[in-house]
Amino acid sequence: MSNNILEAKDISKNFGGITAVQRVDFNIPNRSIVSLIGPNGAGKTTFFNLVTGIYEPTTGKIMFDGRPLENLKPHEVTMRGIARTFQNIRLFSNMTALENVLVGEHLRLKAGLFGAVFRPKSVKEEEKRAYNKALSLLEYVGLGGKQDEFAKNLSYGDQRRLEIGRALGTDPKLLLLDEPTAGMNPNETARLTRFIDQLRRDRDIAVLLIEHDMKVVMEISDRVTVLSFGKKIAEGLPDEIKSNGEVIEAYLGKAYAQAKNDEKGS
Amino acid sequence: MAELKTPPSPATGAPQPSRPFNRVNQQQNKTVMFIALAAFFIALPFFGKPLLENFGPTVFGDTASAINSTLIFILLALGLNIVVGYAGLLDLGYAAFFAIGGYTMAFLTAQQSPLYNTPLHTNFWIALPISFLMAALFGVMLGAPTLGLKGDYLAIVTLGFGEIVPITFNNLTKITGGDTGLAGLTQPKVAFVDFQFSSSTLEAWYLVALAVVFFSIFMVRRLVDSRIGRAWMAMREDEIAASAMGINLVRTKLLAFGLGASFAGFGGAIYANSLGSANPSQFKFDVSILVLAMIILGGIGNFWGVIFGAVALRMTDVYIIPFFTEQVRKFADTIQLESKVVDGVRVTDINIMKDILTNVASNSRLLIFGAILVIMMITRPEGLFPSGRRKMELHAGDEKDLQPFISASENPLDMAATDHSLTFNPSVRESTMSDDEKS
Repeated sequence: MSNNILEAKDISKNFGGITAVQRVDFNIPNRSIVSLIGPNGAGKTTFFNLVTGIYEPTTGKIMFDGRPLENLKPHEVTMRGIARTFQNIRLFSNMTALENVLVGEHLRLKAGLFGAVFRPKSVKEEEKRAYNKALSLLEYVGLGGKQDEFAKNLSYGDQRRLEIGRALGTDPKLLLLDEPTAGMNPNETARLTRFIDQLRRDRDIAVLLIEHDMKVVMEISDRVTVLSFGKKIAEGLPDEIKSNGEVIEAYLGKAYAQAKNDEKGS
Repeated sequence: MAELKTPPSPATGAPQPSRPFNRVNQQQNKTVMFIALAAFFIALPFFGKPLLENFGPTVFGDTASAINSTLIFILLALGLNIVVGYAGLLDLGYAAFFAIGGYTMAFLTAQQSPLYNTPLHTNFWIALPISFLMAALFGVMLGAPTLGLKGDYLAIVTLGFGEIVPITFNNLTKITGGDTGLAGLTQPKVAFVDFQFSSSTLEAWYLVALAVVFFSIFMVRRLVDSRIGRAWMAMREDEIAASAMGINLVRTKLLAFGLGASFAGFGGAIYANSLGSANPSQFKFDVSILVLAMIILGGIGNFWGVIFGAVALRMTDVYIIPFFTEQVRKFADTIQLESKVVDGVRVTDINIMKDILTNVASNSRLLIFGAILVIMMITRPEGLFPSGRRKMELHAGDEKDLQPFISASENPLDMAATDHSLTFNPSVRESTMSDDEKS
């Protein structure tokens, strides 16, 4: 058994003639925070969707927790222990914060039609546990006391937190965060960054992060992978990535990379 | 909608019926109320029958039939509300399941059924569960191929299904008796009190329908406040997110379809047996639309609203529309047409007013229901008694759009203390900026 919760080998995804992800090898070690960065259109979100079962890879294989992720529907992937948040928040906006988290717990609950209607003791206890767990998760993500607010009425930062809380409701082993700090001000961003770091320590889960804010990426990532035009162009520790010429070039263009190099030389 | 701008804080906010877990404290009151209501409705025929019979020989019969059919329509509305209101799947062919329930009952119990004199001929109590299982099966069968469809597309498919089923029953003349239908349904007998149901034991049918409606209300309430109800709601809100949170969309949708259909199947079976016959005209498209109108009028997603809608529209159908029709017709009759003899032929003048009124009278059902729906859609699209959710959805659009931009500028450190009123305060933004510069 390897130390990686997720191992993707030789993953490609074609959409017609366009190759969105091209022969990418990618590992996420247990309990680590791995960031996936790259310019717009680099294939980051496509990669996310490959992992979560929304797309099937054209080639390659993804192993999760020692078993392949093949032909699985999104809910089956979630069942295996991968939870995600969305780049553009997708909460159940007309449900309360508490209900949102309870929906996250859905797949860990067992009540069927009969149980839901007649509520035998086991179902009552299950609901009570689920309810308490949802409350403590809300508390944990910093939404204590807001359980009865409708999701749409929460502030933007709270909505992002609720999305994480909802994802935690599924008891994930791997949490995928798609630009969690998008649209946040620097203060909110800093708080969320600390929170993600804390999360990994507290809950023993690995985090895959897509993020544009380099400050966040460099601060909390154990490893950083850079995609550009569907290809992996670099991988390593945050500090290595910072000084990688190819990465700078991909982000800021050749001229800038050249200038930066000259600057270093002088 | 002033109260929507500042959502109630958990500490002070008035509990809304649509929010689960806020109910806990009121639970006892509700139980008492429920028992009182149940007692009243069970006792109703015992004091209602002698009371109504005072007014004349047919008053009791007419009233009781109206009440019984109202109960059946409440059942239909509750079932359709599961599909449309909770799971968000627009079903325009709901009457098809009503028909399937009714005809299954007729096949199994009618003297004119081809199954009569075969071992499959059975009594009401056995036919009843078979009828609703049959309807549920067809619900799943319709649901399965249409899983990928949403909104308008699903509506069209279900509309087609709703047309096909009664037409099929109509055209399979040898099996179903064509448009005269199947008559002579064997009606139930309760052995231990030696009571034989018939089409005229209206109070007995009332109690059967009442029991079914009570059980349905109980069931819907429990379901909505359960893992399954939450999955339906989540699916209605956002399928992609629901799926990513581990909800099996196929199973959840089929459950909604099958369960909704089984309510209609139950209703159809009881309805057909209580009338003693099943024929295609009872299950036409207008039933689908009437039931949909009931849940829209009452308030989709809120079962008290749905029940109210069913009662209101059914009563309109039974009492107000015939009354209106009669008044208009009477008025039309007062318009005298002049006629004269021209060249030995008697010619009657055309009076446009009289023509219009006669048409209004004969189509008053469509006119009145159409008017009700148009007025509702303009003034209260969420229905008369909407669930809190629905109300927000339909009325808080602008606020929703503004929310992210405004809230993003709030100082996160003060976030816990701020109320969520939608105020834009530039000074807060400045202070955040300077915080950033410091760090």
